Amino acid sequence: MSEIVVAGIGAVSPAGWGVTALREALARGEPIPPAKLTRPGWDVSLRARRVPPPEPRPSFLAHARLRRTSPIAHFAVGAALEALGAETPLASTGARRLGIILCVMTGCVVYSRRFYEEVWKDPATASPLVFPETVFNSPASHLAALLGTSAINYTLVGDPGTFLQGLALAADWLATGRVEGCLVVGTEEGDWLLADAFRHFARSVILGEGAGAVYLRRDSGGESAVRLDAITSPQLFLPNQPRAQAAQQMRAELNACAPDDLLVEGTQDCPRYDAAELAAWRDWTGPRVAPKRLLGEGLSAASAWQCVLAIDALQRGRARAAIVSVVGCNQQAIGARFRI
Amino acid sequence: MLFPPRQSAQSPPRVVITGAGIVTALGLGWQANADGFRAGRVAFRPVTLFDVSRQRVKLAAEVDLPAELPKTRLSRRHLQRLDRAAKLLLLAAHEAWQQAGWPPSDDLPVVLGTTSGGMTLGQDYFRQALQTPRTQRRQPSRVLHYEVQQQGLDLAAAFGFHGPVTTIANACASGANAIGHAWELLRRGHAERALTGGYDALCQLVFAGFDSLQALSPTQCRPFDAQRDGLGLGEGAAVLMLETLAHAQRRGAQILGEIVGYGAATDVHHLTQPHPQGDAAFAAMTAACASASVSPEQIDYVNAHGTGTPLNDSAEAAAIFRWAGARAATLPVSSTKSSVGHLLGAAGAVETLVCLMALREQWLPPTSTLRTPDPVCTFPVVRTPSAAHLEYALTNSFGFGGANATLILRRWS
Repeated sequence: MSEIVVAGIGAVSPAGWGVTALREALARGEPIPPAKLTRPGWDVSLRARRVPPPEPRPSFLAHARLRRTSPIAHFAVGAALEALGAETPLASTGARRLGIILCVMTGCVVYSRRFYEEVWKDPATASPLVFPETVFNSPASHLAALLGTSAINYTLVGDPGTFLQGLALAADWLATGRVEGCLVVGTEEGDWLLADAFRHFARSVILGEGAGAVYLRRDSGGESAVRLDAITSPQLFLPNQPRAQAAQQMRAELNACAPDDLLVEGTQDCPRYDAAELAAWRDWTGPRVAPKRLLGEGLSAASAWQCVLAIDALQRGRARAAIVSVVGCNQQAIGARFRI
Repeated sequence: MLFPPRQSAQSPPRVVITGAGIVTALGLGWQANADGFRAGRVAFRPVTLFDVSRQRVKLAAEVDLPAELPKTRLSRRHLQRLDRAAKLLLLAAHEAWQQAGWPPSDDLPVVLGTTSGGMTLGQDYFRQALQTPRTQRRQPSRVLHYEVQQQGLDLAAAFGFHGPVTTIANACASGANAIGHAWELLRRGHAERALTGGYDALCQLVFAGFDSLQALSPTQCRPFDAQRDGLGLGEGAAVLMLETLAHAQRRGAQILGEIVGYGAATDVHHLTQPHPQGDAAFAAMTAACASASVSPEQIDYVNAHGTGTPLNDSAEAAAIFRWAGARAATLPVSSTKSSVGHLLGAAGAVETLVCLMALREQWLPPTSTLRTPDPVCTFPVVRTPSAAHLEYALTNSFGFGGANATLILRRWS
């Protein structure tokens, strides 16, 4: 199999629009202040780290397809266009078959909540403009329309580890020649309903929102390119394989790491969620960063940010290899390794 | 490791179906559905699952769930927490699992398609969160079982296996994309077996959504009819057990049929409307034929997406004509959505299973509600139950967002 290289990365996060903002937030090491979310009917404390408005407003937001969309589509497109960079026109002209894999856990929650609220009040007056935007694959559809690509396009739904499954799928599509480039995007949007749901499981979790994108191509990046080196088997959380054991299995599959590899972990200062991952990497003595501690639990967007930061560190010469560890919410533990 | 994958063989293995399970408004299981689809029985009735008094349309194809779910490794308490969609999925999976006779495994990929997963639980959560915000009872369980990935995990726990769980949510093409993706996993050497299919249950949000778009038929779902006026919603699930031919033959499995081709393309014309000439549908059918190494002349039956909406059926008819050319004039086409409605994320999987039934039992499923074929149909629409000699069948699935998928099946003989 030929090598799969990273041809671009993009990010929209509570730190701002762009990879630079993400990198700088990580360098500062200060958690982004969360915003209070208003929950109807109960003045309970719900918080989330929100994406700040873009300055200046990106021109793509004027596209006809994006005028009525909720933030999740804006985040996805913003991160994807940054990752594609100068190659954006190649997809539009058909000069490059561009696949899209969009990964979400909660997806279009803002419009789903809004539409169901309308239905609940009176289904006869629920808005036909809102309903199509509730569908999981609407952000991927908008992205394809904006880029003008008619190649294969999947929306994968699962916990944060799904983003790494998406990378493996993209590598497969590239290896078989099904596409010539593939965008893998992880994206989520915040809402009081989501924060309310998470509160049942861990009150210290602070949600984040945004998107991360990795643009993969096949074997054309030269010696300095960052390569996708490995993605572990997804280790499911099942009655006979609890979370801690799944994390250990994931770690065991990544055993060939060097001590100076960079570990980009998924912990978030929430003991209940972090314990399994911390135990799996207890003996790790190399450098490590934990972006969720600063940006919040961004679900699929967060695992995408982890990958973006790992790749960015390699591109900037901070390490020769980087490991991404994702011990998800309720589905799987899965890891990835990138290298120069 | 998911990546790099195991070295695949020089030529991709053939992939066969060794188990199949189905639940629709026609009934539970292969026999009830085969009888119903073959006869063109129509299973619509007044909606009882939620209040439709303020909707334009009041009919859907509801499933009668059995009082007891099949015995699996899931506890009674766990079963009580499942929502309607998960129950439909479990019923179909149990039939398929029993038929395939697979032992528990540590390396069994699951690939599922759905549009809304456990949405009924999401609705319940939302209503309680607003009506009695301080009442937490049942809410954590609703959150867990609402999530799409939980339904895949439930199957793994129910039958005792591990493996990657992948859920594709490509709107109404989800089920076909899921089967196509599972087929590709086996062809690429990632696994020797895969459990795949699609499922969706009726829920108020989706019903009201289609009604708000005025996409639901206020009369009767009549795909390809000149006076068609919309689709009818249904619910259900279909699960297929895919296996490489070598693996199936090694263990002496009964082979039900073969999947030979898959194509997918994206329509960027509009979020909810197809390109009038069916560009992406044409691309998906062409790609499926290329991957199957068959020509349209070899296809003996097309199970169309055929929703019954004016725009879908005319675009699909145009695409079939572009793809089939002269063959269109004699190519039998039907839409079985006239019987069980549009099953959304389950549609592609159920219609794949209908093709499998037709190939195994050598009949054509009719669009029995058709009165006057639309002149855009350059092909004969199957209107009455009929026997036929079928070697290859093709099924189309198209969805919101421009997701288009086509699968080709071959009779096993």
